[in-house]
Amino acid sequence: MAMLIAPLGATGQEESIVAGLSQNTVSITANFNGSEILIFGAVQRSAPAPEEPLGVIVTIEGPDQALTVRRLDRNYGIWMNVEAVEVDAAPTFYAVATTAPFDEIITSTEDLRYRISIPRAIRAVGTGSDRPGDFTDAVIRIRTDAGLYQVLENTVNLRSETLFDTSIALPANLVEGDYLARIFLTRGREVVTSFETEIEVAKVGLERLIFNLAHERPLIYGLLSLFIAIVAGWSASAVFRYILSN
Amino acid sequence: MLIYLPIAEVSVNAFLLLGLGGLVGILSGMFGVGGGFLMTPLLFFIGIPPAVAVATEANQIVASSFSGVLAHFKRKTVDLKMGGVLLIGGLVGAALGVQLFNALRAIGQVDLLVKLSYVVFLGIIGALMFVESLNAIRKSRKAGGPPPRRHHRGWIHALPFKTRFRTSGLYLSVIPPLVVGVAVGVLAAIMGVGGGFIMVPAMIYILGMPTKVVVGTSLFQIIFVTAFTTLLHATTNFTVDMVLAVLLLIGGVIGAQIGARIGVYLKAEQLRILLAIMVLGVCGKLAFDLLVQPSELFSLGVASGH
Repeated sequence: MAMLIAPLGATGQEESIVAGLSQNTVSITANFNGSEILIFGAVQRSAPAPEEPLGVIVTIEGPDQALTVRRLDRNYGIWMNVEAVEVDAAPTFYAVATTAPFDEIITSTEDLRYRISIPRAIRAVGTGSDRPGDFTDAVIRIRTDAGLYQVLENTVNLRSETLFDTSIALPANLVEGDYLARIFLTRGREVVTSFETEIEVAKVGLERLIFNLAHERPLIYGLLSLFIAIVAGWSASAVFRYILSN
Repeated sequence: MLIYLPIAEVSVNAFLLLGLGGLVGILSGMFGVGGGFLMTPLLFFIGIPPAVAVATEANQIVASSFSGVLAHFKRKTVDLKMGGVLLIGGLVGAALGVQLFNALRAIGQVDLLVKLSYVVFLGIIGALMFVESLNAIRKSRKAGGPPPRRHHRGWIHALPFKTRFRTSGLYLSVIPPLVVGVAVGVLAAIMGVGGGFIMVPAMIYILGMPTKVVVGTSLFQIIFVTAFTTLLHATTNFTVDMVLAVLLLIGGVIGAQIGARIGVYLKAEQLRILLAIMVLGVCGKLAFDLLVQPSELFSLGVASGH
């Protein structure tokens, strides 16, 4: 278990976060089947806690990716792509966990400023469609269905206004890269302090080797794929024939 | 047992892949077809990105055809000269096909192209095969019906650049086999299939080759064309998934051996009519998907050219 302790609140603030993650690296191996990240921490105070209740928001964000979103429509009786919109940057993974319903613990201005909710995390400017909103909605809908975007309201446990913990499940279809975990403390729907740390998601071992070879030496990779496939096919049939002949 | 595919970047059950390989292998062993036309749509269905499915299936076909062609070489049922001419056409066709594939991928119409190609070709081949095998069954019931009709290939014999294909016993222009080769090459690249289901009827009905050399010669051509397609996809799109190919293959090879043993117990016409029904079934499913409003009207793709 990799612990990481780093109070990051700006000086002069009365509250700051001490937090840790169950792991700071996620290794995609051949039998990778998703991973659960435990995020826990405590609120450090130099003064007694204020009256207003404390809100905790935890987000995990995958690397950004430019997307082409296409819309199907019926043309000549068949359903085909008719319109495409470029989304400049949409995170490949995004999870938001909170201690209470989202709107109760943060204002939309603060959300906009820190880009916390899923729609705020997607950047789409200069689109060619008259209804660009439909396209960003589609991104959110499709990725939510795939388990890549998660809104987890009321899943952060907060004890005595001090200790908090939550767990976020990373699905199996993760993209490699540096993932950002952020923790926000809010009071009166305003962000008081925040904390962030990185999670490295990388293919390792054979997966790494195959992926690198395919991208760096594509011709050799292609020839090797053919060779391995031919050998595997040939030996499987030889083994099978041997078993049958006995 | 879940396995993460390094290129497709999805996690899939390894036994599901072995099972799919095995199932398609049984069918291909029974009917003597490559099975690419069934496997590629099945891969779409289990969530493999279409570009990866098409490229990886090409890789798998090379390997599964390899043992087949060796057996045909032993029996001397490969027309190397005809295979060579078909191959030249096939390589040109595959290069064109990959270009077309990439161009359409850029404008977002590749899925439509792949699906339309499937609907059109499976529809035509399935219908022809169905009618033909029904007739054959009817004829065999009548016992000793009229002799099979001679094919008139007059216009083909009028073409220039004639040469002798000794193994096939043909004296024929090189243009028809070149054209057949190009067409099959384009299909191999776009549809992720070997193209045997197009080439075998074309060789019999258009080129007039004797049936005994048709399968060996088409396998010979398919190996080289799909190997070339695999390399083109690997170097331009990085979409060949080695792990996926090997898993499908192991299931497929074992399935093919089982299928070949089942096939012995069925009559040729019965086999053909079953195959025709299956081909029409896949065609119908794809056509249905194109015609009926899908539940999700939007799709995501990684933006290109930034």
